[in-house]
Amino acid sequence: MSDPTRSETLFRGVWRENPVMIHMLGLCPALAVTNTVMNSIAMGMATLFVLTGSSLLVSTFKRFIPHEVRITTYILIIATFVTIVDMSLAAWTPGLHKALGAYIALIVVNCMILGRQEAYASKQSVGRALLDALGTGFGFIIALVMMGAVREILGSGSFLGVSLFGDNFEPWLVMVLPPGGFLALGFWLLGLNWWTQRRERRAAEGAA
Amino acid sequence: MSMKLPRLLVTASPHLKGPASTAKIMWHVTWSLLPVWGVAIWWYGPSAFLVVVAATAGCLLPERLFGKRGSLNDGSCVITGILLGLTLPPGIPLWMAFVGGFFSIAFGKLVFGGLGQNAFNPALLGRAFLQASFPVALTTWPAGGGEWWRLRGDNFALPLMRGDPADTVTEATPLALMKWDRESEAAQALGVDDLVFGMTGGSVGEGAAIVILLCGGYLALRNFLNWRIPASIFLSVAVFSGLLHLIDADRFASPQFMLFSGGLMLGAVYMATDMVTSPVTNRACWIFGFGIGFLTIVIRTWGGLPEGVMYAILLMNALVPFLNRWTQPRVFGTGRKKGAPA
Repeated sequence: MSDPTRSETLFRGVWRENPVMIHMLGLCPALAVTNTVMNSIAMGMATLFVLTGSSLLVSTFKRFIPHEVRITTYILIIATFVTIVDMSLAAWTPGLHKALGAYIALIVVNCMILGRQEAYASKQSVGRALLDALGTGFGFIIALVMMGAVREILGSGSFLGVSLFGDNFEPWLVMVLPPGGFLALGFWLLGLNWWTQRRERRAAEGAA
Repeated sequence: MSMKLPRLLVTASPHLKGPASTAKIMWHVTWSLLPVWGVAIWWYGPSAFLVVVAATAGCLLPERLFGKRGSLNDGSCVITGILLGLTLPPGIPLWMAFVGGFFSIAFGKLVFGGLGQNAFNPALLGRAFLQASFPVALTTWPAGGGEWWRLRGDNFALPLMRGDPADTVTEATPLALMKWDRESEAAQALGVDDLVFGMTGGSVGEGAAIVILLCGGYLALRNFLNWRIPASIFLSVAVFSGLLHLIDADRFASPQFMLFSGGLMLGAVYMATDMVTSPVTNRACWIFGFGIGFLTIVIRTWGGLPEGVMYAILLMNALVPFLNRWTQPRVFGTGRKKGAPA
């Protein structure tokens, strides 16, 4: 197996191994706070920051972390960054902080972040770990915005708070409620898998 | 070389085949729904016709797009569409009925693998989706009767847009009267006659309990539905609401009111007996029906909504696999007596 190039490391997490749509990781925030595009972006940025910061620290100190307590150490590092994000959001954007609520603190237990530390950052150089964290974080933002867009357009008739259909729009109430998160995720998974399968079938037919 | 018929024909079971096929049963059920629909059209005018047509169109589209080739011909989509249309208020915008139909088939049936694979009744799933999405439109009940040609609401609202509530004469359903206004006397003063013959506000197909019963009776005679399911639903509704009525006649409505109001008839005869989502053993059918009746009374009496048949049936649908496994009959010659050595 040849080593992936730098750009492969960066872009792998963005789409081909998208944390939400392909790996199905980090579903708790993806289902819970994507009722508007703004919330999705905020949650994605917060996660990106935590992921990049903790990947940086974990890959820097990978030689000093005892193997037996590595998960605990990762969690401590992640929790440090989550606390920074939590306090910064509360100070700068109290409204957003209120909208995201407990889900900011819950970034600590986002298995996507822990997974990247365990599977990648603890084994790779600092530069590679940073690229991987950035790619995965952006992939997470993209996935969250995809879900937030469906839910906000159908559920509130707006995009980033801008009304799309005028005053007479009938909102699909279910889409901003918790079931809407599952429905939106289902729509996307259905569509993406259908598209992937079709592409593979075409490729197989073309090769045959 | 000439074809020679073998002396001994060895085939896999089943060896006895009845004349009924899936398509034949489905089309029979469809025909039996036409009188119910006819009464609705007579009572609610063109709106009833349009809503059911829109819901059916919404059901046919995903089956045509994503379903197996030829699966439109078995008629199951048409039944889902008509049933969904019959559970909607006559005044709702047609695009909502279409969306509901699309959801019913695409997410209530096709994602599970098509006919026979779905755990929940597709029509009710579509209605539950609409109820959760558009609670206002789904609880606006236009009055029946009057000028036949008048639309009972803004049926032709543009897609994604709210219907214009002007010019709509609305009327509280008997169950809503009982629930919100505590007017159980007013509701009961309506009389069981009115409920039996459908002269109340409500969904398209909720009226005319007598027509639904007759059509259901025909289907039960042809053995296209298991009569134990509606029978046990009616029995448990009568028993539970009767007990409550005996305890406090002022607070709890009478059993005949509970039996003939709302969507109970349509639900019990057509929704609960859906062959795919109802149990296969007769014992399980009794339990299934009792559960639906009990939950209906619980939701109607203490729940947050005036009508509970839809959620009662969906909840019991979820239990069907367990009921089936629990009530498997013992195969003759197998099994052990209790306490027998292993």
